[in-house]
Amino acid sequence: MQRLRAKLAPYFLILPGGLWLAIFFIIPTVTMLSFSLMTGNEADGYQLTWHFQNYTDALSTYWPQFLRSLEYGATATILGIALSYPIAYWIAFKGGKRKSTYLFLVLLPFFVSFVLRTISWQFFLSDNGLLLSPLKSMGLVPQDFHILQTTVAVVLGLTYNYLPFIVLPLYVALERVDPRVVEASSDLYAGRIATFTKVIFPLSLPGVFAGVIMNFVPAASDYVNAEILGGPNNTMIGSIIQDQALHVRDYPTATALSTVLMGGLLVGIFLYARALGTEDVLEAAAR
Amino acid sequence: MNQFDPAFLRGITQDRRSFLRAAGLVGAGAALAACGVKGAKVSPAKADDVAKFWAGKKQNGHVDFANWASYMDANHTPLKKFTSETGITVNYKEVITDDPTWYGKIQPQLAAGQPIGYDLMVVTDGIELNKLVQFGYLAPLDHKMLTNFEANAGAAFKNESFDKGNVFSVPYATGYTGIGYNPKYVKEPITSIKQLFDPKYKGKIGMMKDTQELGNFGMLLNGVNPETSTEADWKKAAAVLQAQKPIVRQYVDQNYTKSLSNGDLWITMAWSGDIFQENLSNGSNLQFVVPSEGGTIWTDNMMIPKTAVNPVDALKLIDFFYRIDIAAMLTEEINYVPAVPAVKAQLLKDAQTASKSDAATFTTMAGSPLVFPTDTELASLRHYVTLPNPAAEKTYQDLFLPISSG
Repeated sequence: MQRLRAKLAPYFLILPGGLWLAIFFIIPTVTMLSFSLMTGNEADGYQLTWHFQNYTDALSTYWPQFLRSLEYGATATILGIALSYPIAYWIAFKGGKRKSTYLFLVLLPFFVSFVLRTISWQFFLSDNGLLLSPLKSMGLVPQDFHILQTTVAVVLGLTYNYLPFIVLPLYVALERVDPRVVEASSDLYAGRIATFTKVIFPLSLPGVFAGVIMNFVPAASDYVNAEILGGPNNTMIGSIIQDQALHVRDYPTATALSTVLMGGLLVGIFLYARALGTEDVLEAAAR
Repeated sequence: MNQFDPAFLRGITQDRRSFLRAAGLVGAGAALAACGVKGAKVSPAKADDVAKFWAGKKQNGHVDFANWASYMDANHTPLKKFTSETGITVNYKEVITDDPTWYGKIQPQLAAGQPIGYDLMVVTDGIELNKLVQFGYLAPLDHKMLTNFEANAGAAFKNESFDKGNVFSVPYATGYTGIGYNPKYVKEPITSIKQLFDPKYKGKIGMMKDTQELGNFGMLLNGVNPETSTEADWKKAAAVLQAQKPIVRQYVDQNYTKSLSNGDLWITMAWSGDIFQENLSNGSNLQFVVPSEGGTIWTDNMMIPKTAVNPVDALKLIDFFYRIDIAAMLTEEINYVPAVPAVKAQLLKDAQTASKSDAATFTTMAGSPLVFPTDTELASLRHYVTLPNPAAEKTYQDLFLPISSG
């Protein structure tokens, strides 16, 4: 009896986690996959007919929006890293006693709702708004120049909205760099640039890796920024999925698109992890 | 947009039993998904449905009301009055931003036979209202309890094509889709849909994202009456709209009046009342016209979901809106066409006792053809096309949705 219990114990221990995974991950994923292979409509119902054509139809219609989403996501991520690195570096090395205050300041705007934050950019970037009005009256930009409803506005919104997702992991990685290592580097006659490129940056790679994933994945599948700040030629795949699911109520197309997006992002992350050598990264993180 | 829907949260957390039911649903969903999902079609309504639905239903003293943004004054005066007169409390939420999204949110609960968290909601005539009726998601209204409606509603509003005899719905307000423009930037009189296609307004033109509204304007430009349009007409309309796309700044849904008054848009498709409201609240001087090709008329309707928890209270509130003084109160605030013709006289009467500026507003309103259209004006307005079956609906959507999402 005791032996049986001992044998079963591990299974009972994974039960909560397993159930969580089953309810919130496996069932939705299976549902999504099976929907993507169905045909039918709301009135007559949907039947699983293994209709793989849903995928080819969806992709052949919406590949431009897919590519655009990846492009916007990547641009926003690169800009995000460029902006976050100095911030995280400064907080980690020069923040002194006020580190947590600075981090709090980075997070402060995020206590306001996502949509509201994006709408305030709409006011700021408006044709005769705070930014463009003075530029126009000084004659620096033409009268009919506008930022709203352009790619610039959407990428700007994405970069801004997902910035903390890069700042935080970068900060954590940089904060862990042992000051003695930096000291040793300068003892060995490395200049400030060499210290940064040979010591600090490689040690911060786990943070960059995590930041890129945490930024790119939501940014590429975002639709709020494109809806609020974008124009007719800035539609991202998230909007298409939303329209198909809620407006057209064409579940098979919506789920096929979601599956492709999920699969595409997973493959992308996998390739990225291979290229960057996650094992090294994880090892570096473990130390 | 991506706000969390409180109805959903309430739906799954009401009590433990309904939580378990929700958990069961997830499981059932998965099981269903493996072999298919049942269609929502139901058999047509029968004569004794009304009696059957209302039998044993009692007043509970509370009603949850879902409406569109800025569709009542900020203090919700009519509702306060309702509560003080009947003792029924009202939880009023302006949660509806557009019909398809709203329908998408409530449909799963309605299909599962669960309350959606609201007892009364306002939905425009169109694809979604047709589905709500067709799939049996609405409570048949008991006209014995709608005495104000019977006495005061205008004849035109008692027999609208989308719900003949008001079996499931009664109008909340009616309005037009036309052209709104800002005369600060647009220096010529606007009379025609053609002007929305004028390249000199490139980058300053707004069109509506809603596929029915958008399609209608394409058809009207082509001289087609949307109500009797065919697939060939839709294709031609989609073609002219695609050609217009390079000069369109934005396909708008709700916030276009702001863009119009701050100059991001100069000329746009617009709903009549929105333009008046923006002018009243911001002192702007935006103009609204019904184009010479004909505008479209739509009706926002009050209805009770079949799964409502407080249907009797909801029905009382519906009828309350048909009292002449209440209908006038609402019109004064939202500036849409009331379903109660006697509001006109009431406005003039209210003007005598109101403050000077209000009095002027009320008098203008009572004389405005946009709030009280004449019969000839009504005749020039067009209705939405009714899409007869899912295949036609898909064809229609596939033609017009890609225009706004390039």
